[in-house]
Amino acid sequence: MSPVIFNLSKIRYGYPGGPLVLNDLDFHLHAGDRIGLVAPNGSGKTTLFHIIMGLIKPLSGTVEAFGEVREAEADFVEVRRRIGLLFQDADDQLFSPTVLEDVAFGPLNLGKSRDEAVAVARKTLDFLGLNGFEDRVTYKLSGGEKRLVSLATVLAMEPEVLLLDEPSTGLDSSTKDKLIDILNGLALSFVLISHEFDFLSKTAGHIYTMDDGRIRFDQELHIHTHEHAHLMGRQPHRHV
Amino acid sequence: MITESFAEGNSWIHGIDPRLRVLWASVFAVVVAVSYAFSALFIALSLSLIMALSARLDFQAVVRRLLAPVIFLILLWAVLPWSYEGDALTAWGPVIITRQGVTLCAQITLKTVSLMVAFMALVATMTVDTLGHTLNRLRLPDKMVHMILITYRYLFVIEQEYQRLVRAMKIRNFQPKTNLHSYRTYAYLVGMLFVRASERARRVHCAMICRGFNGRFVSLRVFPPQSRNYLFSLVFTLFLALLVTLEWVK
Repeated sequence: MSPVIFNLSKIRYGYPGGPLVLNDLDFHLHAGDRIGLVAPNGSGKTTLFHIIMGLIKPLSGTVEAFGEVREAEADFVEVRRRIGLLFQDADDQLFSPTVLEDVAFGPLNLGKSRDEAVAVARKTLDFLGLNGFEDRVTYKLSGGEKRLVSLATVLAMEPEVLLLDEPSTGLDSSTKDKLIDILNGLALSFVLISHEFDFLSKTAGHIYTMDDGRIRFDQELHIHTHEHAHLMGRQPHRHV
Repeated sequence: MITESFAEGNSWIHGIDPRLRVLWASVFAVVVAVSYAFSALFIALSLSLIMALSARLDFQAVVRRLLAPVIFLILLWAVLPWSYEGDALTAWGPVIITRQGVTLCAQITLKTVSLMVAFMALVATMTVDTLGHTLNRLRLPDKMVHMILITYRYLFVIEQEYQRLVRAMKIRNFQPKTNLHSYRTYAYLVGMLFVRASERARRVHCAMICRGFNGRFVSLRVFPPQSRNYLFSLVFTLFLALLVTLEWVK
């Protein structure tokens, strides 16, 4: 069995004044897992990611990552270095004026020298097919470009695991295809939140759903594809 | 929002090390602010105009940016000449215009215009982003520099959110009138902007923490040394020496 990257057990979380969003949630990820997470809005997927990264503290339950229990703020510094979180809104992630500075921000924080950081940033941008973007101004990028540059900022930290919060939302089909190729070309484990089965089926190995503040492993969704002629393709029909 | 039209130019002033430009603009500001001799002030004004010309700034844009201080100056001219005590220059009925009042107004006008134009030529010719990094190199406190850079980055996002809210109001036929409904709507708009801005700030901070932010920004910018930097500093020093001589050596 591959090593466990993180293991959440009995996690409870609710926003002040609201019901519990996560209720005794158990979830673990092994190295090499590529998990898709489909669940209705407000079911706590983003909250789950933020708990893994230590951005919010659960009311109860334990977060274990890379073999250690993580509780205090300082415990999560290592977690954040080894797990990369791609935010839902790229504008939250890109705060530097230019692309190169933003991508180099993570490596610089990891203690790399200026030249090393720039080298890593350029390498990452090249890998994502974003050469020539170095001096572009982040707020002037298009939605698709912003998403890819955000991914570059996360990948530049050379994480072992990615948490992707709705990476395909709002992308056109060609950018989406590009993202699928990139994800499949990475030898990383990831958890991916998406509402698009098509996108999930091309990237994730297992697809789980969330219900009542828990992840339902027993209801794993299996996606299969088959081709068939569509004589009556205009008529409403279901592929389930 | 912020247009950086002056920063797009390509003159020799644009090529000078931004740190030197900020530094000399500040020294110039101090010298001009404490000068009162008209000879020195006129030389300062000419220096500013020469710099604006060599930066090839759009004349109309310069005038437009001067409008705000000019309104302030008009106010001074309307009040100071008759309210300042001194020798009578001329009298309009009971109102006595004093020589000292007019002199003071003229001095303030010259100083204001020279400084505004000089800063347009030297400082406005760099982007806010460059200015932030320059101040960082000039050892300004980190917090101040971060405020400038992040404000600059998110001003656009917040403006977009403002536009979104205004559109949402418009498509439901909101027409501002002088009534409580309009005032309340505007109050909601402002309140919403604050809420969204602070939510945004929280998320951005989370994203920064996730990338290992520890309260310290490292600037990637390098400013290579160039011979024209020294030339610029030399000429500027000579000009400043001239100003100081005209002002203090009688």
